Amino acid sequence: MTHPPNAPAAPAAPGPARAPARPAGVPAQPAAAPAAAPAAGRGAWAVGRERLRVATTTEPGRLQILGAVLALLVVAFGAVTALQVDDRATAADDVVSRSQPLSADAAAIYRSLADADTTAASGFLAGTLEPEESRKRYDRDIATAARLLVKAAASTDGSGESAREIATLNEQLPRYTGLIERARAANRQGLPLGGAYLRYASQQMTSTLLPAAERLYAAETVHLQEDDESARTWPFLSLGLGLLVLAALVWAQRRNYTRTHRVFNHGLLAASAAAVVVVLWLLAAHTIARAGLDSARAHGQESLQVLNSARISSLTARANENLTLVARGAVLTEDGKNDKYEAEYTSSMGALTDALATAREWADDDAGRGPVDEAATRTAEWKQRHKDARAKDEAGDFDGALGLIVGSKESGRSTGQSFDQVDAALERALAHEQAEFTRSAADARDALTALPLGAAALGILGAAGAVLGINRRLSEYR
Amino acid sequence: MPNGAYPLVRRTAQRFRGWGGVAAMAVACGLTASLTLLPLAHGGDAAAVPGTHGGAGIGTGVQIKADTCEKPWASLTPSSADGPSIEAIKQRGKLVVGVDQSSYRWGYRNPETRALEGFDIELARAVAKDILGSEDAVIFRAIPTNQRIAALDSGKVDLVVRTMTINCKRIQQVAFSTAYFQAGQQVLAPKLAKDITGYDTSLKGKRVCTAEGSTAYEALEENSFGALFKDEGDGTKDDKDLLTVPNQLDCLARLQMGEVDAVVTDNALAAGQAAQDPAVELKGRPFTTEFYGVAAKLGNDDLVRRVNQVLVRYRQGPWQRAYKDWLEKDLPGITGPPPPLYK
Repeated sequence: MTHPPNAPAAPAAPGPARAPARPAGVPAQPAAAPAAAPAAGRGAWAVGRERLRVATTTEPGRLQILGAVLALLVVAFGAVTALQVDDRATAADDVVSRSQPLSADAAAIYRSLADADTTAASGFLAGTLEPEESRKRYDRDIATAARLLVKAAASTDGSGESAREIATLNEQLPRYTGLIERARAANRQGLPLGGAYLRYASQQMTSTLLPAAERLYAAETVHLQEDDESARTWPFLSLGLGLLVLAALVWAQRRNYTRTHRVFNHGLLAASAAAVVVVLWLLAAHTIARAGLDSARAHGQESLQVLNSARISSLTARANENLTLVARGAVLTEDGKNDKYEAEYTSSMGALTDALATAREWADDDAGRGPVDEAATRTAEWKQRHKDARAKDEAGDFDGALGLIVGSKESGRSTGQSFDQVDAALERALAHEQAEFTRSAADARDALTALPLGAAALGILGAAGAVLGINRRLSEYR
Repeated sequence: MPNGAYPLVRRTAQRFRGWGGVAAMAVACGLTASLTLLPLAHGGDAAAVPGTHGGAGIGTGVQIKADTCEKPWASLTPSSADGPSIEAIKQRGKLVVGVDQSSYRWGYRNPETRALEGFDIELARAVAKDILGSEDAVIFRAIPTNQRIAALDSGKVDLVVRTMTINCKRIQQVAFSTAYFQAGQQVLAPKLAKDITGYDTSLKGKRVCTAEGSTAYEALEENSFGALFKDEGDGTKDDKDLLTVPNQLDCLARLQMGEVDAVVTDNALAAGQAAQDPAVELKGRPFTTEFYGVAAKLGNDDLVRRVNQVLVRYRQGPWQRAYKDWLEKDLPGITGPPPPLYK
């Protein structure tokens, strides 16, 4: 980056160049304070003004000024373009490598915490000896949340909303796990106190941890949108300056032509070519980048959201399914007609089915549709198994229903297994859409990467061309 | 509990399209977390009085004599005759009983066997055996406090056997059997807390935990002896559940965590708490008198008479055996069941 040092020269030069205009209009003014000014200073001022006056009235002088102004304009154009595009390239890079992953991580933190809580509560159904599967799942959820929290903490700047939420989550997570372990210890001894601790832990989760995770996701999503917006903003200053530079170069060449009847000045022509290249490059790169970001938003981000909501619906449905057994069917909906958890289960399964249909519609290739179809098939299977379980429970066969819903892994016929299969398929679908997003957004970023350097280099080349072109004319006067 | 999440969810949902998914997750978790465990949150219902009668509970119930009900625990005379509700149960082949699953020694789910057991469960089985000939011909449904009466009304359960206190307010809504147990409010605190001596001035400045809407809470409202027992936002959605909790057993968790200094609840349930933690004990003497009864839907007189008939025999031996099995260790010194009183 050699141009920024040049940039300050730009405003300095037009100063003296324009300065003659004022003394010419108001010649008496500098003389208004002659007594105070030292003689030498006054002399230098006068000499400088005189020189400028001569320069503006003679052709070589005018050419010198013209050359300087053209060179400065071209350099300024290159510099501004480099800076503005660099901003956008940085923003696009942030989308790909920082804000979107952070937003996805925040969603994953939320999901892990929610899943841990559901798993811990479901373990209660199993009895004194929590199934190994359930324990592992809980451990994995907590580990995921803890790992992602560290990652998120490293990516935030230590202040602001995200940092605050991360701090809350880090403080509360050990407290939550502590309560869960107390619950397990009591449960192991066959004491109902375990249930009280489980409730306490769940209360911490719902009232403190999950809201903090939700706010973290919201904050990170705002960052993502900000980065996305700043990456896609057109660099208007740079484009305007580019047009100005081109107009000035055309004008200079036309002036040259009218005075000398020479059609081509190689230097000025080179400068024009450089400016045209930068302008076209700028337009093309930005169009590509915006297209990439649009595609990332449409195919990636939105698919990710609908898949996330599908995953959450399946989690809700599963939780409610467990509850029908925990509550043993005596908790009613507000109208007192139906089993509350069964009703909640049904509506969550409906939401899951709808989300899967939308996700399938939005999936733009077979690789994306595959796991979504798989999830839909497993959901249908889950519904059927659930129906069988309900029939057993209605008939008073509680243990039979429990077997169909919690079931052992070996039996392979429980709704718990269906839930796991749906979840796994959705995870694959999410991974696919995440890759799509990253690819599109990375394309957008790559379209911009070379531009700042190119604009800077072409700016310098163009300025050199303009100076050389003018100098060539100037040499004719010597 | 999910209530806390709703405003957030709504706000966020407005801000972001597609955030609805996460909003749904918040709700999901609210459900999972609170509702999974909700059924466990009711142990305090024996003490929970839905009405707002100042200082309800049996102690004051006696004082309401001059009012509408004289002795709410007076029930129908026993009879083994079959009526429409008994017929319906026989046709179904199962007696459906609403019980508790987290009141230790009374009605709780043994995590090891996954089966419900306790003093109340034994009584429910005795009723099933009398009506249907088998003590296994019973389906247990765990009912949360606020749906006890709805469950009876809607016919989801035939009976509720769940440390349910008989009082004037409740006899307007459900039909009770004769009393099968006498209990009273008492203070529970760590053994090491020698400065707490019972429901008296020793509670001054102490943090005391009670179940929401319980007679214990109302007793403290009347005279707290300077104890701290109210949460900010009590009775609203914003209740912090620090000193007032959904379930009497939650109090023991907070006592163990050092977040409260003492608990006030029925001595019958407090004994269940003490049985789960050898470091706490009942302090002083019970300061109210309450009777537990079996509840049936209002109007199912044949069923109530039948239960009373079962209780007549149950008091001659089975009661004492159940007491010995489940309660004597933590609630010693009770010589027998309260005598039945008929209308």
